Amino acid sequence: MDTYTLLRQIADSWVLLAMFAFFIGCILWVFRPGVRAQHVQASEMIFKEDRSACANACATCACKTSLDVPNDNA
Amino acid sequence: MDYVKLTMFAVIALLAAIAANFGHDLAYSVHAIIIMLIAGGMFLWQLRQTDEEKPVFDTSGYMDGPVRYGVVATAFWGVVGFLVGVFIALQLAFPVLNFDWSEGYLNFGRLRPLHTSAVIFAFGGNALIATSFYVVQRTSAARLWGGNLAWFVFWGYQLFIVLAATGYLLGATQSKEYAEPEWYIDIWLTLVWLAYLAVFMGTIVRRREPHIYVANWFYLAFIVTVAMLHVVNNISIPVSIFGSKSVQVFAGVQDAMVQWWYGHNAVGFFLTAGFLGMMYYFVPKQAGRPIYSYKLSIIHFWALIFLYIWAGPHHLHYTALPDWAGTLGMVFSIVLWMPSWGGMINGLMTLEGAWDKIRTDPIIRMFVASLAFYGMSTFEGPMMSIRAVNSLSHYTDWTIGHVHSGALGWNGLITFGCLYFLTPKLWGRAQMYSVAAINWHFWLATIGIVLYASSMWVTGIMEGLMWREVDANGFLVNSFADTVAAKFPMYVVRATGGILYLAGGLIMVWNMWMTVRKSPVHQGAPNDAIPAE
Repeated sequence: MDTYTLLRQIADSWVLLAMFAFFIGCILWVFRPGVRAQHVQASEMIFKEDRSACANACATCACKTSLDVPNDNA
Repeated sequence: MDYVKLTMFAVIALLAAIAANFGHDLAYSVHAIIIMLIAGGMFLWQLRQTDEEKPVFDTSGYMDGPVRYGVVATAFWGVVGFLVGVFIALQLAFPVLNFDWSEGYLNFGRLRPLHTSAVIFAFGGNALIATSFYVVQRTSAARLWGGNLAWFVFWGYQLFIVLAATGYLLGATQSKEYAEPEWYIDIWLTLVWLAYLAVFMGTIVRRREPHIYVANWFYLAFIVTVAMLHVVNNISIPVSIFGSKSVQVFAGVQDAMVQWWYGHNAVGFFLTAGFLGMMYYFVPKQAGRPIYSYKLSIIHFWALIFLYIWAGPHHLHYTALPDWAGTLGMVFSIVLWMPSWGGMINGLMTLEGAWDKIRTDPIIRMFVASLAFYGMSTFEGPMMSIRAVNSLSHYTDWTIGHVHSGALGWNGLITFGCLYFLTPKLWGRAQMYSVAAINWHFWLATIGIVLYASSMWVTGIMEGLMWREVDANGFLVNSFADTVAAKFPMYVVRATGGILYLAGGLIMVWNMWMTVRKSPVHQGAPNDAIPAE
């Protein structure tokens, strides 16, 4: 059997199956139980710098309302 | 170490001088002279620093120097690329613009690859490199890995652009669409790209965040796949070490298939996956809300990666390529519609509950229009890949219109949005100098794209129908020149659309300049690395 035919047969059978299984596995893995909290955390990660950057440190911070904590000196 | 560098630059300059002397063709000699001058300049620069006190740089925060340069380079190459595009559009409408005195250098055939490479690789590539360096640092809470390697990536990439562009004008091309640069430029780009991969991967490896944010997945897929595509599609043997000409290792239909496997995945991974990396960071960031569905973004990623790589054969319908391969490419192209629209919906729905921002925030409006064009061109593309539709659309201006609704609409608008986002941030300004100018840019660009795409639909379908029209005896009714004459009005409309788009780009450059020069300084915390978990 020449190399082309051999490779072609492997590609048409086991490699195809393996790639398809990996793909389906990736999709199923996204729906594993208890992942929602991780996804929420990951999607909000990009806003961390805004919080740490202002954290109510300046008068005009956009986050002032959402992160404002009761001020004892008030 | 200084002496090693000095020796290296001296040897490179010497070898380049020898190569310039022995060069078989003009492009090769000119390139050798360019490299000689750069190496000579680097030698002098290094010499002036040798045995001097080394300045100490603060390496605690983010490394934004290459990002700043990248933003400037993106804007610069963008305007250059649009300008060349407008000029070649006018050349098609008015052939007299192929001047006699510049014949062989500035005629359409030489300028066309200059335009495509300038907008895709110079404008798009710089935008991708700059934004990926910005995003990977913020989402990893880590400084760019590799010290000055990021600078090598930036300047090495600019050298690649200059060599490619001058090569096209002087006639050095391997005649592969979107992969025209000759062998030594390909080798140089491979080196730069591996350095880029190292910087990006290195930064991810030393991240201080537990999770790798999804934008980085898209950027990484873009970098890795483009490396693979570039290497395989450019396997060629130079005719001489002292000449620019090379011969492809693949031949015939294999060469065509490899070329369009490359060509379509350049669209899929350069112009789609990379720019989706931008989308997944900058759209949520500008909207101030997290991405609509993180689950969907992961599915989007895997589906896009798995499907895009098979779609290339749809470029070769009705050729020597076996039908089964064409059908495979067609089927995968149509399936690809789903993840594309999933991604578009994910980006658009990020604005759920904040739709008013489309009215109040011109940057958001740009992102939304960009996603709308992404959706439109990822619907149009699969449709055109169907064999029956392709028999009408292929070789016509419909293809050009499709490419431009994707490139001007999706890639262009999202890049402009990112530049408007980044410019104030990187130069410590409160906001862009003129919001009205962003609005002007948005409308000029949008109307320009609409004129462009609609005129190309009309002329493309007209052209396709004219080519296939036969009379009662089975003879073709129209000669090729008839179609060219019929297309004239649409060519003028197309050039007008291009002029509007270019005008928008110029307004953006003015706005960026004024932001850096005149805009009030941002009050608040400095641009420091964020603390880890």
